[in-house]
Amino acid sequence: MTDMLTPVLSANWDQDRSWTLPVYERTGGYQTMRKALGMQPADIVTMVKDANLRGRGGAGFPTGMKWSFVPQDNPNPKYLVVNADEAEPGTCKDIPLMMADPHLLIEGMIISSFAINSHNAFIYIRGEVLHVIRRLQAAVREAYRAGYLGKNILGTGYDLDIVVHSGAGAYICGEETALLDSLEGRRGQPRLKPPFPAVAGLYASPTVVNNVESIASVPAIVRNGSDWFASMGTENSKGFTLYSLSGHVSNPGQFEAPLGITLRELLDISGGMRHGHELKFWTPGGSSLGILTAEHLDVPMDYDGLAKAGAALGTKALQLFDETTSVVRACLRWVEFYKHESCGKCTPCREGSWWLVQVLMRLEAGRGEEGDIEKLLDISDNIAGRSFCALADGTATIVQSSIKHFREEFEAGMTTPAWELFPYAKSALWNESATSTTGASA
Amino acid sequence: MSGFQSHFANSGGVDFSGDHEPLPVETMNELAELAARYPQPRSALLPMLHLVQSAQGRITPAGIEACADTLGITAAEVNGVATFYTMFKRNPVGKHHIGVCVTALCAIMGGDAIAEKVEDYLGVGHNETTADGAFTYERVECNAACDYAPVVMVNWEFFDTMNPDSTIELIDKLRAGEEVASTRGATITSWREAERVIAGFPDGRADEGPSAGLQSQLGLKLAKRHGWQAPAADAAAPRKEEQQ
Repeated sequence: MTDMLTPVLSANWDQDRSWTLPVYERTGGYQTMRKALGMQPADIVTMVKDANLRGRGGAGFPTGMKWSFVPQDNPNPKYLVVNADEAEPGTCKDIPLMMADPHLLIEGMIISSFAINSHNAFIYIRGEVLHVIRRLQAAVREAYRAGYLGKNILGTGYDLDIVVHSGAGAYICGEETALLDSLEGRRGQPRLKPPFPAVAGLYASPTVVNNVESIASVPAIVRNGSDWFASMGTENSKGFTLYSLSGHVSNPGQFEAPLGITLRELLDISGGMRHGHELKFWTPGGSSLGILTAEHLDVPMDYDGLAKAGAALGTKALQLFDETTSVVRACLRWVEFYKHESCGKCTPCREGSWWLVQVLMRLEAGRGEEGDIEKLLDISDNIAGRSFCALADGTATIVQSSIKHFREEFEAGMTTPAWELFPYAKSALWNESATSTTGASA
Repeated sequence: MSGFQSHFANSGGVDFSGDHEPLPVETMNELAELAARYPQPRSALLPMLHLVQSAQGRITPAGIEACADTLGITAAEVNGVATFYTMFKRNPVGKHHIGVCVTALCAIMGGDAIAEKVEDYLGVGHNETTADGAFTYERVECNAACDYAPVVMVNWEFFDTMNPDSTIELIDKLRAGEEVASTRGATITSWREAERVIAGFPDGRADEGPSAGLQSQLGLKLAKRHGWQAPAADAAAPRKEEQQ
């Protein structure tokens, strides 16, 4: 039985000047890189496969398997691209990781690039996080000076360059093929798959796109072994991961635990909902994978458990809302997000999200019309699965799951504004700030 | 060449009004420097457009031409990219860019109330700039800081766990030119200076601010208090490990 929390990725976030090279090296940083550069690349791929590390950016695809799809006989250069375009609503784990411990990501990138035989790696980071960009730029510079990047790293003959690349405000660029178009200097629009990036990615060359947390997990696996990694978690969901708790809780924050912890356990150790309130609904994996209710407090938060509950693990972004919150309001605001972020390529997504917003706005205002709920479901049905990428599916899922669990609130929207049923001021943080105890009493 | 006139206000074209200042030579050189960082130069286009904004305060017609010339692509191709991304501003941006997060969680936790108060106080709407050129205001979408909701961004630096009053106080300080530091970041300078760093030219201020905010460290603190940790390396596999 492993412990309730298992900080590995977040283990150094409380260290003074944790983002600097000397502090990173003091806790063993870059030792695993030395070990890895002495291994056979294929053995590293096998190790990550055996650990059964699955992608932490939402889709959960096995990382080692993704690496093994790279055709090593392809004469083109191979590329590693780290997806640091964190923007799924509720998701806030990669940003603190890169701010506090950028060298962990860089060490993971060196090992991963070596494993797939890549000499050019990129960090595609969203542009709206200035200080995180600063920390990454500084860390990359330090790594070059120390001889961990550049030509002939530590005399091994291995070369690697890393470019920190800022995006410009487009959620869709978190989708791996849109990210690649964006990294090629184009509008960020998804590509038709296949071919998958492993075969034809950046510059039509073999490319691995991995999430920040996935790559940052690689050094610990290579250091301690795949058995060690797989000793944490559940049957099909191995290892540790960052769960992000936000919303109407006493103590929001980041919690690194073995996969499979339940929301009830997380609430028990972190101080529960804000004082005097009850959980009404929550997202297990960001907004794109739908909402669940208090019925699901004991569902193991791993790939299988949440799938059985009709949701998915996604980015482990747990957004919790209490009984003061209108589901219609939350649903509208999420769908407005998808409408704003739709890249416009596929008609069902571009037009459908627009129509969903129109209908949801009148339901929020208590001016819903006969048949509006059926219309929402019909539009959702025409969006899901009918577009290039998962953004469209996310739009449909949030509407479908909101209606599934709280249909009566949508029906109330035929006659009564949401702000009368759920006065919005009651949901605000400062309404309860006297009882908030962030960081102090957890 | 102010040729095309759209019938739709703010329909997305680049603002062709005003002076057509060419970019300074240093900026032209830096655009070329960015292009040289990539295996294929066009990959630098987003950073280059950030640099144009830093130099000229918005995406300018001259900036579009400069990017096109540097990369050997058409101005229409650059324009197509510049108009796709929300961080690229086609109208002049004020000294400071204020972003209030209004995606579901922040909105419900108070972001809507903050946005309303700021719009009222500054007398501007979404993507508009105050008459004195001090502030451009934007209703922004999720900025990956949900455990610090409601979140306000100034020149893309975090201001965590805000409320309407603390946001107005922040705006007043910025207007008075007082020194203001981000909750998890550096001292505020200006939007144009921020855009330069985002473009890929560091300002040497990575060492300002904390390692992590309180919320980010919460799980770690709990684990330490309870003595919880990942299993020892040799518990699962008999692998020698000298480091820890």
